[in-house]
Amino acid sequence: MCLGVPCKVISIEGGEGLDALRMGTVSMGGIRQQACLAYVPEVQVGDYVIIHVGFAISRLDPAEAEETLALIQDLSAQIADSQEEQPPHAP
Amino acid sequence: MNVEFRDPDATQKLVAAIERALPDGQTVKIMHVCGSHERTVSRWGLRSLLPERLEIFAGPGCPVCVCPVHEVGEAIALAERGVILATYGDMLRLPTPYGSLAEAKSAGGDVRIIYSPLDALKLAVQNPAREVVFFSVGFETTVAPTAALLASTALLPDNFSILTSHRLTSPAMELLLGIGDIHIEGFIAPGHVSVIMGSEEWRIFPEAYRMPVVVAGFEPVDILLALLMLLEQRQQGAVRLENEYNRVVQPHGNSVAQAAIWQLFDVQASWWRGIGRIPHSGLVLKADYARYDARERFGIRLEPAEEELPPGCSCHLVMLGKIHPPACPLYDRKCTPTTPYGPCMVSQEGTCFIWHSMGEGMNLDDR
Repeated sequence: MCLGVPCKVISIEGGEGLDALRMGTVSMGGIRQQACLAYVPEVQVGDYVIIHVGFAISRLDPAEAEETLALIQDLSAQIADSQEEQPPHAP
Repeated sequence: MNVEFRDPDATQKLVAAIERALPDGQTVKIMHVCGSHERTVSRWGLRSLLPERLEIFAGPGCPVCVCPVHEVGEAIALAERGVILATYGDMLRLPTPYGSLAEAKSAGGDVRIIYSPLDALKLAVQNPAREVVFFSVGFETTVAPTAALLASTALLPDNFSILTSHRLTSPAMELLLGIGDIHIEGFIAPGHVSVIMGSEEWRIFPEAYRMPVVVAGFEPVDILLALLMLLEQRQQGAVRLENEYNRVVQPHGNSVAQAAIWQLFDVQASWWRGIGRIPHSGLVLKADYARYDARERFGIRLEPAEEELPPGCSCHLVMLGKIHPPACPLYDRKCTPTTPYGPCMVSQEGTCFIWHSMGEGMNLDDR
């Protein structure tokens, strides 16, 4: 049930009543929905957020994502090195 | 960006690195405690990609499965009293000795499926002459949205209240380590609980229990990288807390959400279906918010049941990570997603439901 979906923030709306909780429109692959942004006061239009049951619970940091992916690229270099030392068995 | 975390090339590299990091001839058992992690593992067939001696087990990561029968019974009793009972879809078919919410709905109860707590609030605004009770179930991730509503009491109509069945993840993980025969060598910590509570939530495991922890996201590359990080700790003889999901999870979590949770709730011992009573593992509304507490408002409070699971059901063993679903004699025979017998076959987050719907274990023996 802790399913969270990365979505892009399209707009941020203030307002009264229910909207007094900071609300906004978010998009996942073009599908748009209303979401509460009260828990991510730092988020701006264009940012990516994790949406869980209609609430943004965190901002997604693209720089950290790139760093994680780069870590995996480094792995391939390490594996290539070790394969040079130990040639793989023929199939 | 998600696409890159599903990249086949990255997946192959990680699988190769995991094979190299696994000790020869030894079995290593890793546990995650999140239904969404199990969905990733099963959906992408990660077990079939990895060596058999790396065992990935699901722990108690399904809040619907662990919701004790007396709390479902309270929701059913409220529906029978004529309130609008709003809850998440997974709760409807949970079988209990009191029946199910789906049966209460068939019998004329006004049970509504909602996607968000905001929908429950809208129901209360749209139906001012009716009492609306939101049956709010879930771990920390799902507590936070409910807390946001109640913390803004100015928004709340008088006819709105909540019936809570909220649980904290970490006390159940501590219980698992105390059981002794689980034999795991590392935890993959739930990414979206960590979003709220922070990766530091799990610090106790390396420090007090000498148990490595890696916080992970929900793409296949996230899970594989977390497994590799745990195996590398093992290789190094190290025991650490690490965060693979740092694109989303901060060390101290979401402070705004935590403030709302602790404004609203007190911690108390709570019942987990099939597992028992776990100290400091549940949340109850503080006395200041009693008017929004459906148990107080309607005077409904059932006693915990003596038998939480139907006869022969192995959900407790599945939830404790002692067996995979096919080891239950009822799995795919008496108990299927169409006719669920135990709670783990009901919810989208239930291990048995996930295994059945994803065809997981088709190529594994009953290990």
